[in-house]
Formats: sequence, structure tokens, C-alpha cells
Amino acid sequence: MTTTTTVPDRGRLLRRLRRNPLAVVSFVVLTLAVLVAVLSPWLAPYAPEATDFGRTFTPPGTPGHPLGTDDLGRDVLSRIMLGMRASLTVGVLAVATALVIGVPLGLAAGYFRACDAVISRLADLMLAFPFLILAVGLAAIRGASLANAAVAIGIAQIPGIIRVVRSDTLRLKSLDFVAASVVDGAGDLWILRRHVLPNATSVVLVQATVAIPAAILGEAVLSFLGLGIQPPDPSLGTMLATAQQFAARAPWSAILPGLAIMLLALAFNVFGDSLRDALDPKGSTR
Amino acid sequence: MTAPALELVDLVMHFGAVRAVDGVSLTIQPGQVMALVGESGSGKSTVGRCVVRLLEPTAGTVRVAGPDITHLSRRRLRAHREDVSIVFQDPAGSLDPRMVVGDIVGEPLRLGGVSRRDRDERVRAELGRVGLRAEVARRFPHELSGGQRQRVSIARALISSPTLLVADEPTSALDVSVQAAVLNLLADLQRDLGFACLFITHDLSAVEYLADEIAVMYLGQLVEQGSRERVFAQPAHPYTQALLAAAPVADPSRQRARTRVLLGDDLPSALDPPSGCRFHTRCPLAFDRCLAEVPEPVDLGDGTAACHLVQPDGTGPDLRTTPTTARTERHA
Amino acid sequence: MSVLTVRDLSVVFRTETGPLSVVDKVDLSLDAGEIVGVVGESGCGKSVTAMSLTGLLPSSANVTGSAVLDGTELIGAPESVLRRVRGREVAYIFQEPMSSLNPVLTVGRQIGEVLRVHEGLKRRDARARAVELLALVGIPSPAHRVDNYPHQLSGGMRQRVMIAMAVACGPKVLVADEPTTALDVTVQAGILDVLRDLRERLGTSVLVITHDLGVIADIADRVLVMYAGRIVERAGVHDLFAAPRHHYTAGLLAASPVPGEHAGTHRLREIPGLVPVLVTQPDACTFAERCAAAEDDCRVQEPRLDPPGGSGHGAACWHPVRQRRGAAS
Repeated sequence: MTTTTTVPDRGRLLRRLRRNPLAVVSFVVLTLAVLVAVLSPWLAPYAPEATDFGRTFTPPGTPGHPLGTDDLGRDVLSRIMLGMRASLTVGVLAVATALVIGVPLGLAAGYFRACDAVISRLADLMLAFPFLILAVGLAAIRGASLANAAVAIGIAQIPGIIRVVRSDTLRLKSLDFVAASVVDGAGDLWILRRHVLPNATSVVLVQATVAIPAAILGEAVLSFLGLGIQPPDPSLGTMLATAQQFAARAPWSAILPGLAIMLLALAFNVFGDSLRDALDPKGSTR
Repeated sequence: MTAPALELVDLVMHFGAVRAVDGVSLTIQPGQVMALVGESGSGKSTVGRCVVRLLEPTAGTVRVAGPDITHLSRRRLRAHREDVSIVFQDPAGSLDPRMVVGDIVGEPLRLGGVSRRDRDERVRAELGRVGLRAEVARRFPHELSGGQRQRVSIARALISSPTLLVADEPTSALDVSVQAAVLNLLADLQRDLGFACLFITHDLSAVEYLADEIAVMYLGQLVEQGSRERVFAQPAHPYTQALLAAAPVADPSRQRARTRVLLGDDLPSALDPPSGCRFHTRCPLAFDRCLAEVPEPVDLGDGTAACHLVQPDGTGPDLRTTPTTARTERHA
Repeated sequence: MSVLTVRDLSVVFRTETGPLSVVDKVDLSLDAGEIVGVVGESGCGKSVTAMSLTGLLPSSANVTGSAVLDGTELIGAPESVLRRVRGREVAYIFQEPMSSLNPVLTVGRQIGEVLRVHEGLKRRDARARAVELLALVGIPSPAHRVDNYPHQLSGGMRQRVMIAMAVACGPKVLVADEPTTALDVTVQAGILDVLRDLRERLGTSVLVITHDLGVIADIADRVLVMYAGRIVERAGVHDLFAAPRHHYTAGLLAASPVPGEHAGTHRLREIPGLVPVLVTQPDACTFAERCAAAEDDCRVQEPRLDPPGGSGHGAACWHPVRQRRGAAS
């Protein structure tokens, strides 16, 4: 006879994460990235839009410009730091939007059979709707901006959130502790708020850590296409977009922001994977 | 006269074409323990879920401590929630892993609007009553052993002083030495608090230890009812006799000496239950009438048995002494 | 003649929180055609002991000691040897027959596959043999049942199919790990009959692992009682039930309700406390903390089965129970 625990305790979760070197490295990278992003207005050596036409296209390693300058003589390091700030902001805003709308819909779909058909079809419909057309439409109506890019990306992520929350709700709904509450007279909202939602947080957390890098990449795409953050505000996507014209002359101005995007996305994905493994009650004990 | 703690009249629960419960009537008097016994698939847990109204019966009537609750809405049921509680089999699954024990046990009171201070006091008292120390209130379920978790479930079920406790296989997931403690606890609490209990189980030794009355279920129907003394001493229905003969005894000499009654492995499907007496496909004593005619319960004075071979005075053949040809399966 | 001889078998698991001792210095012998029961509560190490014999434990388990099957040492043997032993010489059946059967293949195909892999039989011969095996385990109209899919069979029938697969290659030892736990009592007796019958007809030795004293009383010739990784008592089945010597065995026996006893007049005996989780095995009796008869010596020196390698009635206890059961309580 074996007993299975559905939720590992916090101590065990941290222990499992600490034992996984990939989890530790990705966590350190993310912490540093967040620190840089938050402190970038003070950390950055130059104002990101400060031009210096006397020093355009200086290569990395130039004194005063460790990562070089771009076509307008702006400091690449400062722009990457502030670009990361913009990227993370979009990532967090987008996922927050997706969670605020997706979690309640997922709970409703999983818990109330009557809602399920409607909400699940809605999610299918959203998945079938091209994300770029949504973003172009939104930019056309409300103007291209960081906030609108985040909303467009967030909407595109709602179906994914609905699906994981719905399936976890279905699982939790069938457990005996929910039945015990029903017998004691608990209403649906009570059960959703006190029993289902707290137990679903771990899957929501994992889904969020995977959704943030997708949102960051989405921001890069939108900004690259001119639908996101507008020049001269720095963003990793706009930096890539402008740099491509000069890729032959100043490859670093394209490669460095590209690397920053990659590093952020990779760190989030690896951390999300480690988190999922650590939360898995059937995970190995080794 | 006080109303029975539980009265089921012709309870029917169908899931689509599956006839899980098909006409069950039974009555539990206040303070009595009735064991509902049967194999897996007999529908005994479904009866329990109808009694606590986790399921709304397809037909029939459920009366708990008097009022008919068969078709009450969730909102209207709340007025009766203190009358009935349930303890489940798996102590790990029946406690919310994200809540501390104190909140789990106190939840029924919180739902009833009892203030935090009164709640804490009653939770502490209830934990003490089931043999747990007060500091367990601050623990999470995964920090407890299986037996402690089942004590927490029992404390929660009893905190609102129900008239009727439905205990659905409360000891089946536990080790032998822990089972003993939980059975002792249930017996003590039942004697001290006087609640009635529907004790759903497949474990006949636990039944004999705890029950006053016994009801035996087969494929969604009751085949026999009666007092513990009578059912164990003189089981009337061949299925009850087979169950008693099959229950293992922890004594090698007795276990090996007794006659084996082999019913065959196949419990027929509740999708398409056999005609006539539902037990006829496995009954070594079945004859023509059993295939054609549904047996009516025969009043035995002490309980009933639904079998064509049972006489009103309770006499009838006993499978355990009737020589029958050994067989392991009958074919449809 | 002893088919399987286990000496000083210990298993330590490496876990996130450090080492965990699960089996400690287990001695066990299984004669040809003998049915030995290993009884204990969850976590006592009974299943781990059985799995360790043929290297079925995960790599986090460190197995030491010796297990000799017909002259072949199994502990530390290369995977190629163990692979030959598994199925052909030592076969297993488990609690849950549904999860061990492939739902999309007929039972005949699944039994046949074992025979084709291990015995090199042709498809047609394998099928004919599968029908014979189904008949052997008491499945009626086997020629018809051989074409059934697992979902068409009841739980008891599936367990019979698992037994047929296990004995397909004529193993010397059959390990039955909780073979009837998932089954109803009316089906349980039939499965135990099959195991007994295999012993009679094929001379198979059976190691029955269970928590159910009723199963032990029904089928075992000899019994080993395990507690917290150690064998605490070894006895013939009649001796064990009539005159248990270890206080744990006596406690287990007194914990199950006995026919004729009701809560109004009797009280079940409880074993206070919890099974210890052991990082290392102490030089002491691991049951001492829960034992009413424990004295100081129990906590400073480990009691061993006496005599260690023999097969007589012995208990690992400094102050064994003296009365026969039922004589006093």
C-alpha cells in the first residue's frame, strides 16, 4: 500500500530545486536580469536615447562603451539594460493579463459543466485566431505601444491558461476533500476559493513561468515589426529591427540584443521546467 | 417516538444505463450502527453518496432524521447539513493538502458561521476526543500518519454533532494495527455520542466488531438484512452465506478445515443485470424459478432475505453445508 | 532442498534527505514446492526484499548480502544473468493485474509473447500452450478466453491470467506480492487455490508477500514476520498463530477482530506509536519503543533470530511472549 501526496511541502520543493544545478543557474540569471531591469535607469551609464554622432558604430570594448554604440552613437549596453526592462515589463504584464482572465475562465470551465462547452469552444476559437492579426488590429485601433503589445500577447495566451487550469480543476473537483465540503454545505464559490484555487496554484505557477518567455519573444516580434514599443524608446525587439540594416557593418548591434532575448527566454524556460519537475509528486527521489 | 436516523425507501440511482442502485430500502434507528456489506461494484458506496446527497437519486426517498432530503437544492440542504456527515476511505485524499488540520476540522463550523474563537475551542476539544494533541491543529495533513489523518477526518465529521455518520470503508486503506485503533475509536465515539452510523465496508470482521444491524448488497439490491447476531449465526441468503464462508480467518486450522464456497470470479455487469434473482448466475443453488422470477424479501422476524429458497421461518439450505458440484464459473 | 537461500540481505535507499535503511540483514530460505509467507505492514520492507532478489529496484537502492538461486548468486550479478533469471526462474505477480496487462492485446497474445521470447516457440505453438496455461490457472473455456482482451475479464480472471503468464516458462520460484489485495473475498479464495495447485502440480516454490494474516493462515507453510526492515519472527504457520513469540506478531494477531467479538464486550488491541523511519539500523530492538514488554537491554543490543540460519521457530526478541494465544489476554 502506498500513499501519494498531491502537493509536496515547501521545504521539499526548495530542496529539490537546490539540488538541480540548472534550476540554480537559471534562478541566478533571472534574479540578475530582474535586478538589472529594475535598476537600469540608475545603472545605465548613458541615457538610452542620448545620441553621439561623433561616435557611431564603435565596436565593443571601446573605452566608455563596453558593448559599443549603434548607428546613432547610442550606448548599446545602456539600451540593452533598458530594453530588458521593457521586455520583462511586457512579459509580466502580458502574463498577468492572461492569468486575470484565464484563471477564472479555467476554473469555471472545469467546475461547472454547463460553462465548459462555451468556454472550451471560446478557447479553441482564440487558438485558431492568428495572433499577429490580433496585434495589428489592436495597434491600428489603439496605437502601437508597450501596453497594447502586452494586451495583445496576453490575450493570445489566455487559451493555454484556460486549458491547464480547467484540467487541474477537473482533477481536484473529484477528490474527497471537495466532496466532504459539499456535504458540510459549502457553496461553489467557497469550494473554488478555498479548495480548488489554492491547490491549482502550482500548475498556474509553472504555466506562468513558461508563458513569460513566450511573451518576451512575442514582444520582440511585435517591436521588430513596429507594432510594439516605438523608437526611440529602447526595447530588445526594436534594437534588432534597426540593427538589421547595419548587420554587416556592426554585427554586435544585432547580435547582443538577440543574445539578451535568448538568455532571458532560456532562463525562464529552464526554471519553469525545473519547477515543474520539483512539484511533480511522482518525481524521482534521487 | 423519534424519527429514524435514516430511512431509505426504494432508492434508485442510475448512471445512464448503469443501474448502480436499484430499489434499496432500509431504516437505521437513532444510535444504531448499520453495516452495508457487499463486493466492489455492489453499489454500496453509491448508496452512501446518495444519503449525504453528493448524488441526487434517480428515484426513491431519502429521509435523514425525519425530513425528506431526496430532491432538496444545495441551498435548502444547508438547513440539514448538521444532521449527516461522511468519512471517506482514503485519509490522504479526504483532507485538503493546502489547509492545516485546525482549518480542516473547523471548516463545517466556519460554514455555519461560528466565530473564530468558539471554533478554535471546539476544534481543540474535538481533536482531543479523537485522541490527537491540540498542536496537531497547526500541522498539514502530509505531516501526519495515515491513522492520524483518519482521526482528523473523523473529528471533522463529528464536530457538528450529526445524527447520522456515513463511514465509507473508513479502515480499508489502513494497516492492521492502525485499523484496530480506528475501529476502537469509532466504537467509543459511537457509544459516547450516540450517533447512528451507516458503516459501508467489505471487511466482515470489522462488521461483526462494530455493527448492530447488517444489510447485504448484491448488484444494486439488498439481498438480506438483520441483526448482527442473526446474520452471523444464521445467514439466510446464499450470497450472505458465501460471503461469510469466504471471509478469511486468522487461524490456519479453521481456515483450512472449512468448506470452500466458490462463486466464480465474474460479478455480472450492472449495465445488464441478470433476470430474476440477480445472484442466479453465481448461485450454486439456483433453479428454474430463480432465472424467471424476482424474489420478494421474506420476513424472517429478524430482518429479511430475498431468496426463493428461504422459508418464512428463516429455514433454508445452507451453501456451506450443502454439497454442490465445484465450479468456478457459469456461462451466460 | 533449498531452491533459494538469502543471507544477510540489506537494502539502503539514497533519498533527497539522506540514506534510508529499508531492509536489514534478512535471512530467508525457500525449499522446493514450499509456500513461504512474508507478512508485515506497509513500509516494513517485504516488497523491497522480493524486488531486490532479481535486481528490480531503482538505481538509488544499494543492495548487499547474498541470494543464491540454485547455485547462482543473484546479488551483484550482471544484468545479462538477471534478465535470464527474471521470468524463467523467478516470476512475479503483483497486486494490480490491470496495470500489468497491455489493454490492446488479447491475453493469448500476451502469454504467447512470453513463450516466444523466452522459449522460442512458434506463434501457433505459443497459442496452444497459452490455452493450456489458462486451463491450468482455472479459467473456464480457455480456448475461448484466449482471444479475450483484458477489459473483457473480471479482476479475478485477470489475476489468473497474470499467474498464467508468470508460470509460462516454468519458474522455480513464484513471488506473489499482495496477490489478492485488490480482489473481493469471494474471489480471493479461488486465487489462493490456484497458487496451491501450482505448487502441487508443478512443484513451484511460492513466496507470498502480504499484509493479510488471513491469506497467510490460508496458504503459507512457513511464515516470516517483518517489522521495520527486519525479520522479527520465523515460524511454521500453525506455531505462529498458536504461540507467537515476538510481541509485534502477538500485537498484530490481537489487533484484528475475531469472529464472535463485538465492541460492546471486547476491545481490539492497539499497537501504540508509529513504525520508525530508519536512517541507519540501530544496535537495538526497533520495536522496543512500542513494546509493553521492553526493558533496558532491548534498547542497547539488537536481538537476532535464534538460530540465525535455521528454519525452526524463532523470534528476534530478548523477552519473548510465553503464553499460548487465547490462554490469557
